[in-house]
Amino acid sequence: MLNLVVDGQPVQVEKGSTILQACEKMGIEVPTLCYLKHLAPEGACRICAVEVQGVKNLQFACAALCSEGMEVTTMNERIAGFRRIVIELLLANHDADCFSCPAVGSCELYKLAMDYGIEKSRFKRTKKPRPKDETSEFFNYDPAKCILCRRCVRTCNEIQSNRTLSLRDRGVRTSVSLPFGKVFKDSSCVSCGNCVSACPTGALTTKASKHYRSWELTRTRTTCPYCGVGCQMDLLVKEGKVVGVEPADGPANPGILCVKGKFAYRFIGHPDRLKTPLIRKDGVLSPASWDQALDYVAEGIKRIKEESGPQAIAGFASARATNEDNYVFMKMMRAAIGTNNVDHCARL
Amino acid sequence: MMEQVRVVLDHAGDISPISSEEYLRIGGYQGLKKALEATETIIDTIKASGLRGRGGAGFPTGLKLSFTANTQADQKYIVCNADEGEPGTHKDRIIMVEIPHRLFEGMAIAAVAVGASQGYIYLRAEYPYVATILEQALADARRQGLIGSNIMGSGVDFDIQLFIGAGSYVCGEETALLDSMEGKRGEPRFKPPFPGVQGLWGRPTIINNVETLSNLPAIMVKGPKWFRSMGTERCPGTKLFTLCGNIAHPGVYEFPVGTTIRTLFEEVGGGCPRGKKLMAVQTGGASGNIIPASLLDTPMDIDACAEAGATFGAGDLMFMDEDSCLLDVLENLTEFFEEESCGKCTPCREGNTQLLRLIREFRNGTAQEGDLNLLLELSNVMRGGCLCGLGQSSPNPILSVLRFYPDLFVENSYRKGDLAYA
Amino acid sequence: MTNSISEVVDADVILVCGSNTTETHPVIGAQIRQAVNRGAKLIVADPREIPLAEEAEVFLPIRPGTNVALLNGMMNVIINEGLLDKEYVENRTEGFDELWEIVKEYTADKVGMICGIDPEDLKKAARLYATAERAPIFYAMGITQHTTGTAGVMSTANLALLCGKVGKYGCGVNPLRGQNNVQGACDMGCLPGDYTGYQKVANPEARAKFEAFWGVPLPSKPGLTITEILSGAETGDIRCLYIMGENPMVSDANLHHVEQALRRCELLIVQDIFLTETAELADVVLPAACYAEKEGTFTNTERRVQRIRAAVDAPGESREDWIILSEIMSRLGYENSFTSPREILEEIAQITPSYGGFSYDRLEKEQPQWPCPSPEHPGTPILHTAKFSRGERAIFKPSPYMPAAEQPDEHYPFILTTGRILYQYHTRTMTGKSDDINRIAGRSFVEIHPTDAAKKGIAQGDQVKVASRRGEVIVEARVTERVSEGVIFMPFHFAEAPANRLTNNVVDPISKIPEYKVCSAQVQAL
Repeated sequence: MLNLVVDGQPVQVEKGSTILQACEKMGIEVPTLCYLKHLAPEGACRICAVEVQGVKNLQFACAALCSEGMEVTTMNERIAGFRRIVIELLLANHDADCFSCPAVGSCELYKLAMDYGIEKSRFKRTKKPRPKDETSEFFNYDPAKCILCRRCVRTCNEIQSNRTLSLRDRGVRTSVSLPFGKVFKDSSCVSCGNCVSACPTGALTTKASKHYRSWELTRTRTTCPYCGVGCQMDLLVKEGKVVGVEPADGPANPGILCVKGKFAYRFIGHPDRLKTPLIRKDGVLSPASWDQALDYVAEGIKRIKEESGPQAIAGFASARATNEDNYVFMKMMRAAIGTNNVDHCARL
Repeated sequence: MMEQVRVVLDHAGDISPISSEEYLRIGGYQGLKKALEATETIIDTIKASGLRGRGGAGFPTGLKLSFTANTQADQKYIVCNADEGEPGTHKDRIIMVEIPHRLFEGMAIAAVAVGASQGYIYLRAEYPYVATILEQALADARRQGLIGSNIMGSGVDFDIQLFIGAGSYVCGEETALLDSMEGKRGEPRFKPPFPGVQGLWGRPTIINNVETLSNLPAIMVKGPKWFRSMGTERCPGTKLFTLCGNIAHPGVYEFPVGTTIRTLFEEVGGGCPRGKKLMAVQTGGASGNIIPASLLDTPMDIDACAEAGATFGAGDLMFMDEDSCLLDVLENLTEFFEEESCGKCTPCREGNTQLLRLIREFRNGTAQEGDLNLLLELSNVMRGGCLCGLGQSSPNPILSVLRFYPDLFVENSYRKGDLAYA
Repeated sequence: MTNSISEVVDADVILVCGSNTTETHPVIGAQIRQAVNRGAKLIVADPREIPLAEEAEVFLPIRPGTNVALLNGMMNVIINEGLLDKEYVENRTEGFDELWEIVKEYTADKVGMICGIDPEDLKKAARLYATAERAPIFYAMGITQHTTGTAGVMSTANLALLCGKVGKYGCGVNPLRGQNNVQGACDMGCLPGDYTGYQKVANPEARAKFEAFWGVPLPSKPGLTITEILSGAETGDIRCLYIMGENPMVSDANLHHVEQALRRCELLIVQDIFLTETAELADVVLPAACYAEKEGTFTNTERRVQRIRAAVDAPGESREDWIILSEIMSRLGYENSFTSPREILEEIAQITPSYGGFSYDRLEKEQPQWPCPSPEHPGTPILHTAKFSRGERAIFKPSPYMPAAEQPDEHYPFILTTGRILYQYHTRTMTGKSDDINRIAGRSFVEIHPTDAAKKGIAQGDQVKVASRRGEVIVEARVTERVSEGVIFMPFHFAEAPANRLTNNVVDPISKIPEYKVCSAQVQAL
């Protein structure tokens, strides 16, 4: 363990911890942009500047390691001035049309500018952004809003390991791009959307996000209903409808999802959903009340059980339903009907 | 002209650069032989010599070697940084073209000292003819058993491979160089970890400049005391100085560290051509400070330069005569850095483009109130806040001109009187 | 899975056999690739050149249905070259002689012939796996959906035991479950021979325990499996079938047979969220709430119990499954006491030793893996660290290679294998409702090797007829070298051109899994 002092308060951290981790432990907020928990620290955006006593230059909390006896200051006039310049530099080449931006409300650059009292950058635009790419079925890419934190590129390469996104050109002309000038539609992109989840601004946004603002949403932590990995995720709900999904940091999913988890949520409120019980009458499935349907089912089961015994009845439980639902199903078959003829599609 | 003091360039040009036999005849590979006989003492000898890195940062070479020597690893590497991309710097090229075996010998000594079995020379792409010479010289050294397996019959293996860059200035930065070698986009890494502990392919790696490594053979043969008899107390030895710009005899010259700029300008370089008066000198390279002619008596030594507001850097001196326009110079230099910024960290990527825009505003006389403050504020942020040396030093020329020529920007601004710098 | 998902990033060698992980379990696929990024070596055995094969150190493009031969071959090489973990085999296993008796026949050359691979690649794979410190095996339906599926599963376990790679961090035998809660449905006793937590129906003590707990007598004879139930329905022995949240009309093998069986049922009850192909045949359809509209738990493939939570209201009159079921139970004269899923999990925990430590309060804070017998127990990230479920020692259960039930012949010269694709899920009940997904992957296809396509006069994108002894479908041809010559591949998601109209419903004698992965077929240009 290492002992250090941050903003005058002592703290103990494990060897190998970064200054940012020490700050997190103490509940001290240090702004970050290029930092994401599961990515290797990049130390590139420079917004997390802090002072370390006895070190001339500012240090960068997301990547700098703690050492024994270190004294860290996370805010003073020098640090604030430095961060302000960094924000102004980012804003200069950022297309700040916030009114029409899907990221408004969740934009990390916007929040930083607000926090540091910057309404307008003193710097001017110096580059012409590359064209938009709206060819993905699921998301849009607007390079004019990109601040080159590279969270998307690193997520695609380090975490999703799909190597679809890369950088082209250098210096101020650097841009996030797909190799060989391809667009998303014709690329190796697997539509996982993890780059979109990683983007701090409106550069990568889901197509659906045009229709909501972050403050209109409620979030519900849940488990993905698709394959057996059990990814943790948040359902984004606006006015009683699921409008999006964001990955959470689950034991099985380090902050990522796949295309199904991220984008295949439209079935939830789909108009084709069954809304009433149906009973077949004269060969046609017709709406019925719950009582009618449940009585129909119970009477039928009772009759067949009386005539042919419980072994003439069988049930398929569901690999899709919850443990609780399956338990009750199994209990119904065994305890209420009296048969072990219960199975499910474990084999499919 | 003054007699040069040749250590690194001793016999350079007198012998075939390819032939190890000729190099052996002038006493070559004796330093390596000594090193192989007394492996444990190499680092102490180098430490005692006081040799400091000649690439620009001036880090003590012996200390650097000891970090890697003390790190346990299945494989260690020596990388020679021959990505000589600083505009106006040509010293490493001269070494590699005229006496490459001295570099190989120096690399082998460093390798033996830290326990590395593989070396690489990272050569800038713009030196294709140097590559040819190096390849031939390496092949010859390999044939003679001077590199490769069982070097000089010692049982120690050490081979050297050539790696050609792809034309990026920032790859002269040691960690960007490593990324480039690993097949990645050449961008500096966050340090620590330093390459000496975790470098190429994650293995401990010594990265040194061509000139630094080429000093090692003589230090091994003649000893630290001899080495310390040249140069200054805190930076012993000689230095290759590249003289360029408005100078009668441009070229690369070897003199002891601490030789004054005046000596180099007047006695070595022969002054400005056509009898022009000297106005300013850019010291240390494209990212070095620009100083006025009044500071010509500054010795070219790391500490003395720092004290006077000059830059030792890689030992470059670019002379500007009375007809030069410093704003033109700054625009030209800033264009270079704007072009060569890798784009990884915000202050360098976005900062250099804004510096360039501001310099152009001043040059065109269209600067606005507040622009000078902004230029200064931004330059200081970049100096302290960029990820690597490129960004940290790119505002140096601007800041030094602001210091030594405080009126220049005001004169070129529409709105005079907002000069904040005193 | 014997081990945890997150361990894979620390692996040295990863053996992926019969799992197209990046498409079917993409988030695990990503983590396998992270391991490869860090230097792990990947071995892929699959009839198709799946995306992971591109980064494999060794790719073994085995003929469909030859897993057992492959695994026996690897063991043969490992034993012959002395690469087995002798200490582990001696101290923690039994039956090594019986294993050798069988695998000694499977020389690399012989296995190369059976599987259609280079014997040197087999040797390389065996050496890589055996000599690695941390080497997990991942498999999925490519191992299980065969008439020799059980033998395949046992053989993966044999291989891991032989090399001492069970019960250790970063190793293990790791089946990837295809559906979100297939693990949980099994754990909950939705199996004909098991109560919750694999307590056996045939075990009188277990039965007595459940009888006492539920307060009713229970049948002692294990029930029928899905395939047996469908056969029973066809013969009239099964008169009533209650299907909750499944769509056998797309998912099951030999759909013609399934349809006949379902139509013969006197009372077919289907409880689902959509009017599925199966629901369309039902006598009663009960509308259920979906996962986003209710509380509950899922158990993932690494045995981790995690919560789901209601985010929106269920549409119309649809209700949560457990409420519907409780209503029916009550009408059948059995009253449940619980009023919420929270209470149901409490009941499960009371009667299921491996789930004893789970409660909604605890799951808010942490999501342990079973076995987790008590609230204090931390859960079990790695199984079999000290002993096995059967005792101190695991037993080798070797099997000889048996060819798939159907082999190509003059009339049906191709081997048809089936699987999933990235963008769709199972029978598309859920994914098929997203237009964006359907625009990318909305139609079925058949993959065919360029040489075969040329012989048949089939060009990229042509409509072709694929037929087996059980039926035929018309789909678009994708000419690709991802499949070997003589092998064709179809996804099974699409009801319009269902691959399962073609598949063979012959089953593994023990697991009763149909042989979805191998049947004989013919392809014709239209």
